[in-house]
Amino acid sequence: MIRDALLLGLGYNATLVTIGAALLGMAAGVGGTFLFLRKRALVSDAISHATLPGVALAFMVMVMLGGDGRNLIGLLAGAAITAGTGLLIVTWLSTRTRLAEDAAIGAVLSVFFGFGIVLLTVIQTMSAGRQAGLEGFLLGSTAGMLRSDALVIAVSAALTLALVMLLRRPLTLASFDPEYATSLGQNVTRTDLAMMGLVLAVTVVGLKIVGLILIVALLIIPPVTARFWTERTDHVVLIAGLVGGVSAYVGAAISAAVPNMPTGPIIVLVSFALFAVSLLLSPRRGVVSALLRHRAYQRRVHLRQGLLALAQGQPIYERLTLRLLRRRGWALPDGVPTPEGQGRATRALRDEVRWQLVRRDPAYEVAAARYDGLTPIESVLTPDQIEDIDSRIGAGA
Amino acid sequence: MAAEAERAGSPLAIRGMTVSYGQKPAVFSVDMTVEAGKMTAIIGPNGAGKSTLLKAALGILKPLAGTTTVFGKAVVAQRHRIAYVPQRASVDWDFPTRVIDVVLMGLYPQLGLLGRVRPAHRAKAEDCLARVGMQDFATRQIGQLSGGQQQRVFLARALAQDADLYLLDEPFAGVDAATEKAIIGVLKSLRDAGKTVVAVHHDLSTVAEYFDNVFLINTRRVAEGSVAAAFNDRTLQDAYGGRLAGAQMEALRAVEAPQTEAPQLQ
Repeated sequence: MIRDALLLGLGYNATLVTIGAALLGMAAGVGGTFLFLRKRALVSDAISHATLPGVALAFMVMVMLGGDGRNLIGLLAGAAITAGTGLLIVTWLSTRTRLAEDAAIGAVLSVFFGFGIVLLTVIQTMSAGRQAGLEGFLLGSTAGMLRSDALVIAVSAALTLALVMLLRRPLTLASFDPEYATSLGQNVTRTDLAMMGLVLAVTVVGLKIVGLILIVALLIIPPVTARFWTERTDHVVLIAGLVGGVSAYVGAAISAAVPNMPTGPIIVLVSFALFAVSLLLSPRRGVVSALLRHRAYQRRVHLRQGLLALAQGQPIYERLTLRLLRRRGWALPDGVPTPEGQGRATRALRDEVRWQLVRRDPAYEVAAARYDGLTPIESVLTPDQIEDIDSRIGAGA
Repeated sequence: MAAEAERAGSPLAIRGMTVSYGQKPAVFSVDMTVEAGKMTAIIGPNGAGKSTLLKAALGILKPLAGTTTVFGKAVVAQRHRIAYVPQRASVDWDFPTRVIDVVLMGLYPQLGLLGRVRPAHRAKAEDCLARVGMQDFATRQIGQLSGGQQQRVFLARALAQDADLYLLDEPFAGVDAATEKAIIGVLKSLRDAGKTVVAVHHDLSTVAEYFDNVFLINTRRVAEGSVAAAFNDRTLQDAYGGRLAGAQMEALRAVEAPQTEAPQLQ
């Protein structure tokens, strides 16, 4: 059944939802990347919550004009207007008053959302219009999605991708080094506005599928996931688009195949699964590799300390140190060095003495900067230099 | 009229610059006229407005009053002739980007929005990295660099701009001795090629050795001119007040005298 859904074999509506969701996921991942890199991820939360009063007001206006209030473009236009207003208020509060951005976000988010809920309650009591399903904008509702709805999403997603492609350099520069960007003549305020405009577009378009509460996840989780796999901005953008697209596609397919499964939340859970895998398994930044690296480093430190203690005839107190030395056959259970251990210990001590001299001599400053207590000095200095050091050790002692 | 001509010919001329955070001015009514083809140090105590002056001149901060001209024209019209090196601490070094990508940012004005990065651009960026001794680090993630290496990458990015005026904010702050030597070497080579260099500087003991001119500031302009004319006990006392202890002044005088032996580290 899920296999059918993934191959788009579950009928017209399910196919429409799945493709629409995938496009939205890509646009959200790509658009959210610069928000994440500019460290303004939570602004999107204020934007998304500020769409609710707009949806409700647009519905009321359309009903007053004699319609049934269900025109998607009309509702999304209303959402865009109040979301834009919310965004401007957050920007104004954080730049022109003493409020920090997080406080401004909190205030705008809750007030706009509360106002939206009040309006929805008022709408419930209206006799005109077909208000049923309006609350679907909270968590998304894909049932009864029309071909025209899917088309709106597809076009907006394509526009978002094109705009990010066009603005990738100013966006990167404004995220990494806004002061330098200004010195090059770039208007960073305008770049920020363009970035927020992108996010606003994705949010508004995504209302229908994932809903306003969860759209933030689709903007933020893909770039955060992508960051685990690369050290390049352009690759973060591409991978985030991929993660967003795949999560939305798979999530929409699952919710189509399994009865009574909500689309938006499933999409978010799928993207979370990708995030969790990346968090654990990423080779450079993942938790597992960091743990392994730390363990390996700790062992090297213990071995070195152990050898230095052996060389100077000091007792070894730490069990881990002794265990490591024993396992390598460098020491006996009572802490006495084996012949091989004695040899290594002598060499470690000589290395340490050489290092001490290098670190004291300003002429070796560059080499001394590489001292970490573990690197053998032979890998830093040439044989001639070591000879020079050794002659001075002899003279000094 | 002479003043007007001086301003038109100067790579960086600031007139009546006042910048204020809230009601307290950080820079008050400062005039500065940078001499072309020279290296100028902006010197002053902490909080004297050194970096603020530079940022306001570039339009990064919005001044309350004042005008800046670059080679006699407004800054906006001369952006292509200015290269700015911000403070190293002003950016997040865990940003997903490589050394070579940072240097390529210096070519963005030339590349425009959609221009492709061609082999010539890449070669240019690599050449700039080589000039600061960082050619072997091109594909490293910037977070893996030491502080001194980060500073050199920022300098390489400015070099890529092929500017006529270089403005540096504390280029020697918290860098190792090797980096300091590399940076001052590059800056002197820029000056010898006829470029103008202005740097915010905090180490009084190296001023005479590194720079031609000084600009002393403590919210207001204190002194301006060649090191020989404007960098002495009186001007330093004016700029630093009691903050400069007698011992420090002694040390400075010792630096000015010719050195016979390299100083020993403690």
